[in-house]
Amino acid sequence: MDKWTFGITMMIVGVAGTFLTLWILSLVVDLLKKAFPLAGEEKPAEKKPAEEAK
Amino acid sequence: MMESVIAGLSGLGAGGTYLFTQGLPNVVMLAVGGTLLYLGARKNVEPLLLVPIGFGCVLVNIPLSDLMDQGGFLRTLYEAGIANELFPLLIFVGIGAMTDFGPLLENPRILLFGAAGQIGIFLTLILALALGFPELEAVAIAVIGACDGPTAIYVASQYAPQLLGPISVAAYSYMALVPIIQPPIMKALTTPAERVIRMKALKKSVSPMTRLLFPIVVTLVTGLIAPKGLPLMGTIMLGNFMRECGVVARLTKASENEIANVVTLFLGLAIGGTMEGNAFLKPTTLAIFGLGFVAISLDTVAGVLFGKLVCKLTGGKVNPLIGAAGISAYPIAARVVQTQGLRYDKRNHLLMHAAGANTGGQVGSVVAAAVMLSVLKGMGLI
Repeated sequence: MDKWTFGITMMIVGVAGTFLTLWILSLVVDLLKKAFPLAGEEKPAEKKPAEEAK
Repeated sequence: MMESVIAGLSGLGAGGTYLFTQGLPNVVMLAVGGTLLYLGARKNVEPLLLVPIGFGCVLVNIPLSDLMDQGGFLRTLYEAGIANELFPLLIFVGIGAMTDFGPLLENPRILLFGAAGQIGIFLTLILALALGFPELEAVAIAVIGACDGPTAIYVASQYAPQLLGPISVAAYSYMALVPIIQPPIMKALTTPAERVIRMKALKKSVSPMTRLLFPIVVTLVTGLIAPKGLPLMGTIMLGNFMRECGVVARLTKASENEIANVVTLFLGLAIGGTMEGNAFLKPTTLAIFGLGFVAISLDTVAGVLFGKLVCKLTGGKVNPLIGAAGISAYPIAARVVQTQGLRYDKRNHLLMHAAGANTGGQVGSVVAAAVMLSVLKGMGLI
């Protein structure tokens, strides 16, 4: 394989592989968030107006 | 008797005699080592790395000291942790223990910014090949664009050990120069209206279980797709799992403090040990520094252009400036985006979004290196 074939192959497969891997990871994180949602008691408490004014 | 005294005296000062008669490369490298020490100690440029690298460089360029010969102190450090890639991996455990992936988990799509921020690596690979570097050396040089010191060291030590010194110094120097390199590119590629786009604040939506499972899932997914990068991803995610599980605080603290500190010292000294004058002062060194600069600039260009694309696709909900944070220099790149955002609109706080893109860049740089190594393996080149 000549070096230009190597370079172009590496660029196409490399960029596509990196995007594909990270896109898959983002989908998996979405799934994790749906499977393990933040429970009510873990959510930050709503601030009272008086506290916000401070 | 007199002859033996004279013979003994000739040993004293032999290094000085060598330096002034045939040691010009060493003299130049002593100046380089001094410059690195000055930048680290007085200018606060990546001092944790540049101080030991600079001192190692000074040590190895004192003639006849044999520190990098078999059995020498610096050679022993090199063999113990760089030749077998151990040191960068131990540092990765510490980085994983220090990194909060929270902003990334709040908005997982921001991971794609971490992919866009690696495009410069692949473009630089083409440039390095055009300059005549062999395939494996070109790959090692291109990884400077990951803006990720341990990854650059890992790849270089494995596939281009003869270039380890210049690649390491270039990687860490350019990481420190991110606040200077990025802003002009960010300004040139964005319109005034794009720079002042305000993004919605991130809502807390990630459960502790998701945070705990994230490092395991990332390790499995990336390991299955690009197994050659598993040592890199596995160690950074081990550190992060220890951080999130919360039951091994001693190990977490040791990883991000004692282990990372000791290994950083040894790593820096050993890298400095590779900067012996005759080996370092070559035209290829200048080419590596030039290509490293190009790589990081192209990463920024690709990141901001990707940000503009996402901005268009979302109807103007994303500020393209955060694209510049899709590199691995954490948290420097995120801070640059925050500073630039505030420069154009004093109430526009982009830090959390930029931090998400920046941690995406950390994952992205390791994924890009892993993909490259796995493709090389697939081609039968390694």
